[in-house]
Amino acid sequence: MTNVLELRGITKRFPGVLANDKVDISLREGKILALLGENGAGKSTLMNILYGLYKPDEGQIFVREKEVNIEGPNDAIAQGIGMVHQHFMLVPVMTVTENVMLGIEPVKNGFFLDRETVSKRIKEISDQYGLEVDPHAYIKDLPVGIQQRVEIIKVLYRAADILILDEPTAVLTPQEVEGLFKIIKTLIAAGKSIIFITHKLKEVLAIADDITVLRLGTVVGSIKPEDATSEALASMMVGRDVNLTVEKTPAKPAETVLEVEDLYVRNERQHLTVQGVSFNVRKGEVLGVAGVQGNGQTELVYALTGLLPFESGAIRLLDESIHRAAPRDILERGVAHIPEDRQRHGLILSFPIHDNLMLCTYYKRPFAKGISLQPQPIFNNAEELVKEFDVRTPSVYVNAGTLSGGNQQKVIVAREFSRPIELLIASQPTRGLDVGSIEYIHQQIVKKRDAGTGVLLVSSELDEILALSDRIAVMYKGKIMDILDADKTSKEQLGLLMAGVHPAEASKN
Amino acid sequence: MSNTTALETKEKKRSALRSELLVPALAVLSGLILGAIVILVSGENPLLAYGALFKGSFGNPLDLIGGLQTYFSTGETRALLRAIYPFTESLVTATPYIFAGLSVALGFRCGLFNIGAEGQFFIGALCSAFVGYSIQGLPMIVHLPLAILAGALGGALWGMVPGYLKARFGAHEVVNTIMMNWIAFRLSDWLLNGPMKSSGFRPVTPNVLATAELPRIFPDPLRFNLGFFIALLAAYAVYWFLFKTTLGFEIRSVGANPDAARYAGMSVIRNFVLVMALAGGLAGMAGTAQVLGVDHWVGQGFSAGYGFDAIALALLGKSHPFGVVLSALLFGFLRSGATNMQSMARIPIDIISIIQGMVIIFIAAPDIIRWLYRMREVKKEETVLTRGWGS
Repeated sequence: MTNVLELRGITKRFPGVLANDKVDISLREGKILALLGENGAGKSTLMNILYGLYKPDEGQIFVREKEVNIEGPNDAIAQGIGMVHQHFMLVPVMTVTENVMLGIEPVKNGFFLDRETVSKRIKEISDQYGLEVDPHAYIKDLPVGIQQRVEIIKVLYRAADILILDEPTAVLTPQEVEGLFKIIKTLIAAGKSIIFITHKLKEVLAIADDITVLRLGTVVGSIKPEDATSEALASMMVGRDVNLTVEKTPAKPAETVLEVEDLYVRNERQHLTVQGVSFNVRKGEVLGVAGVQGNGQTELVYALTGLLPFESGAIRLLDESIHRAAPRDILERGVAHIPEDRQRHGLILSFPIHDNLMLCTYYKRPFAKGISLQPQPIFNNAEELVKEFDVRTPSVYVNAGTLSGGNQQKVIVAREFSRPIELLIASQPTRGLDVGSIEYIHQQIVKKRDAGTGVLLVSSELDEILALSDRIAVMYKGKIMDILDADKTSKEQLGLLMAGVHPAEASKN
Repeated sequence: MSNTTALETKEKKRSALRSELLVPALAVLSGLILGAIVILVSGENPLLAYGALFKGSFGNPLDLIGGLQTYFSTGETRALLRAIYPFTESLVTATPYIFAGLSVALGFRCGLFNIGAEGQFFIGALCSAFVGYSIQGLPMIVHLPLAILAGALGGALWGMVPGYLKARFGAHEVVNTIMMNWIAFRLSDWLLNGPMKSSGFRPVTPNVLATAELPRIFPDPLRFNLGFFIALLAAYAVYWFLFKTTLGFEIRSVGANPDAARYAGMSVIRNFVLVMALAGGLAGMAGTAQVLGVDHWVGQGFSAGYGFDAIALALLGKSHPFGVVLSALLFGFLRSGATNMQSMARIPIDIISIIQGMVIIFIAAPDIIRWLYRMREVKKEETVLTRGWGS
């Protein structure tokens, strides 16, 4: 069988970093190659080289055994290479057809956009691969899973037969993931070849024909899925043995620390995104909030931490109402918050690590006397936390923005865990992190739980919810579908709830 | 961490600072070169022009030597004073630039664009002048601080209004500071033609009393005065406030990432009001320094563009108080020397505006400088090391 795509000896240096070091990968025709690696392993750099966004310092690219020179995305497309980005590049207020034709708009009568031809072609593509996309629908009305299919159509419309899917399952429900896998299989059956970039081991094992693992810019190995296990792949990625299951003892829940009653919250655009949510969190337990992103979890957390005012209902923290309380007020009552968007809320990237490690307590002793900041205690605090939480950094003086995602998250965890807390609100605490960091942060959360802290864990990763939670609430369209005991539920059941279906109803149909 | 790593970091910081200074320095150099080309094209001799510019801003070295000789041999100071006159005049010109530049820089640090320094300058000058001429019978030790305080408070009020409007209603400070400028201009027109008009024919205020004047260091006609040292003190105070206090930490946090500041429990809107008031106060002090130290009265068009030039030199100084002092000195020397260049070499004073404009373009688009001087390696290094040093 021929290799439809081959990268040979690709080397790319950035100042101080060897992003890719003599990387060889090959994609067989009609097969799925999974590219596996931690953040910063060089996956994105490699794909950006393939897509013409970076120029390699050394190395060659072969498409159908002919060496090619790719100077930009247009060259890549001309070679039949198409990329589906992790973050969709779609215009929400335009229709599917308009989005697909964007950039290569065909005209009729020399002047008018020819939407009909395009939508007909979209219909054909959609039927051929079982995508079920309505060409006339507006993007903003489509669920995320369908939006992703529009991205795939865009690539197919441009006649790509080598598809790069960058972390395609990150935003999908388990059911949507299954749908995507079905589509991928149809694409393969139609003779397409696919590079599938991910850090999720189970998906790799489920779908890939070949697996190539990258670590620190080099290929550490290529393996067939039938010869691999999750544990083996994880240790290849990280370079040491990894404990994939979180070890924890049964929870010993004590008194209630957080009580939420019939809560309604409007988001910044005045949409009512949390609609009558009630639950409680007790000391020493983890309540997981599962749900596909964008079902009100973000606003729920904002309301709990004082970042958004709430419309009606009640939030009681240690039996005290926090209606209209300011973020600092809530903070001082012992709430720690690992925010969903660490670069937006969690860190000031242009500040050194030592400042980020006292971001919430800078006005207190020992960091300040009166209004005067105290450099020595600030430095000492940073040194201790960096050591204790294993933040990999050349020094505490470097800016937080220079750290990798995992180390940035460790800085936040270190800061939030370093003050006395009663309640930990962790929102997507391991999003985009590598296996090693995930393992570490999970252990820390369990440790906090065992120390008697109440934990509210919001995550769209079902595996994470199942691994850490003692009870699980599922959110769908601003409401809580159900709250279940973690050991009496299954992934399938949760998946259905996440899609807004009660399992009882589902079995009836 | 061991001491060696701490030392290494210090060393890194130092090299970061060096590359941070390199771009502005090269920007100034390129501005001067381009200015020379413009002079050449207009048919004049750039060497002659820059020679006159230098003599006008630093003085003639030969005169200085002569002046010193006379002083040491006869004790006669007149020649020496004449020799240092251009240099002190440059410092006099730099003084309001320092204050106004600090005002804009402080705003930038909090993510606010204070275009209102011009109006704040004017209001500050008027308030100081009013206290300076209207209150009589006070000793200098009371009168002078009072007059300075009046200027600072007037400017602070003028800055606080847009700050409050932004905090309360989300009204953009750029629009509102510009509006406040116009209110200040028209208000001053009225005041200078009415309530604050002196007895003479022209629309100017009376002279401030001697007890409200910033003391001059040298005998007349040298106008160099205490204001310059107060400006340096203010620069240090702003530096200390921004980088060594919790309030400054809040301001910088709000400026660098308002979302994270809110998350950390800081009040973003309170900082907006505070910073706009402080920035207004600093710009007001610029007007104060000019009226109490140099002119002693306020007339129409008194602000003379100081507040707008301040935006340029805050950018040039990378919004750092010490950078602002350096760029204010540069502007002072250029502006002050330009007068001499015009009279000696017959080069229009506007060439200085061209040079300043060029420098600002190079600062705003540092890639031009990096490309011109082939600084590609430095660039990459710099983006990692010095993020956040700028505005």
